[in-house]
Amino acid sequence: MSVAVDLFSIVAIGAGVFFYLAGTVGLLRFPDALSRLHALTKADNLGLGLVVLGLLPRAESPLAALKLIAIWALVQLAGASAAQLVGRAVRRKGSAA
Amino acid sequence: MSVLQALDIGLAFVVFAVAAWTVFAPGAFAATVGYVVYGLLLSLVWIRLFAVDVALTEAAIGSGVTGVLLISAAARLRGAETAGREASVSGPTRVFAGVLCALVTLALAGVVLLLPDEGPSLALQSMQHLPETGLGNPVTAVLIAYRSFDTMLEKVVLVLAVVGVWSLAADRYWGGAPGEARAERPEPTLAFLAQILAPLGILVGIHVFWVGADEPGGAFQGGAILAAMWIIVMMARLTEAPRTNAFWLRLALVAGPVVFLAAGVAGAIFAGGFFAYPPGFAKPAILFIEAFMVLSIAVTLPMLVAGPPQREPRQ
Repeated sequence: MSVAVDLFSIVAIGAGVFFYLAGTVGLLRFPDALSRLHALTKADNLGLGLVVLGLLPRAESPLAALKLIAIWALVQLAGASAAQLVGRAVRRKGSAA
Repeated sequence: MSVLQALDIGLAFVVFAVAAWTVFAPGAFAATVGYVVYGLLLSLVWIRLFAVDVALTEAAIGSGVTGVLLISAAARLRGAETAGREASVSGPTRVFAGVLCALVTLALAGVVLLLPDEGPSLALQSMQHLPETGLGNPVTAVLIAYRSFDTMLEKVVLVLAVVGVWSLAADRYWGGAPGEARAERPEPTLAFLAQILAPLGILVGIHVFWVGADEPGGAFQGGAILAAMWIIVMMARLTEAPRTNAFWLRLALVAGPVVFLAAGVAGAIFAGGFFAYPPGFAKPAILFIEAFMVLSIAVTLPMLVAGPPQREPRQ
């Protein structure tokens, strides 16, 4: 049982790290601000989600697990809002120029 | 070398790199963003040093509130920056400043390297006397019981900072409200974020203050989170900053230090020493003081961010 849980954690966290890596590569390599934002939000969203998923079976208590999920949800909210604001600022700047 | 050691060394290098980037960044805005990242990385360092209380404070105040303060300062200075006034600093002055900075760094490095292997520590005593305070978190005991006078003065400094910011106002704005007026149609994304986040943040802020008695957290961190919620609601322009001559605002600003000082004087009368707590009644007294400090911090920090009054006081 514990081997299965370990395996699950390793796979999920590994996949999460992959999304972070891909998001970072995208942030550095994509040509313009909007596509960079697109890359970044994937890291926030899926990367952190998978890391949290991998950590869930290791949480000390159901409350701790709930806190992990809450952190993921809050990061989603902040990330999505920040991406919207940056995207809007980029568009406004683009139309003005 | 274990994995954790390798991660620590990697973290230290990243902190160095971000610090260097902050110094060499083009423009104040980029430097501020670097500074915020630097603060968040530092809070990771504090967690690795098992100082979770410090990590929380660094993230909330060092990185969060100070970051907002610096970003708004950078936005105000943008005009001056593009005018190229920076170039007016002469070569010798730059060299002199660089040499001074290098000297300070060398002195700090020397002090750290010359520390005795087993540094002087009061950790044992502070743990020994922890039961007398009724608290479970030694950091809170240090802040509110062992060195309460220092903590009280820190709050006074914050109030003085607000007075300093307000005194930058033009005479006709004195007593008026700082910042921008409430918007008829607030920026929708920011308003959405503020409306969802603020109720949650207020809950988290009070929770962090409450658990601070026994676990990492406390008045400063909790107050900073509450402050951040007010800042974000003002930023979204769902509400506007209060008039600086409002009685309730001024009362809330000084409530923390005043209650703290009153408790200190009461200690001198009832418990046999300035800032002494009566035995068996220490924890309720500490929580009572902390509650008012949370209030003051939650009001002080947004007022610092809001800046000097910019509108005439309505009569």
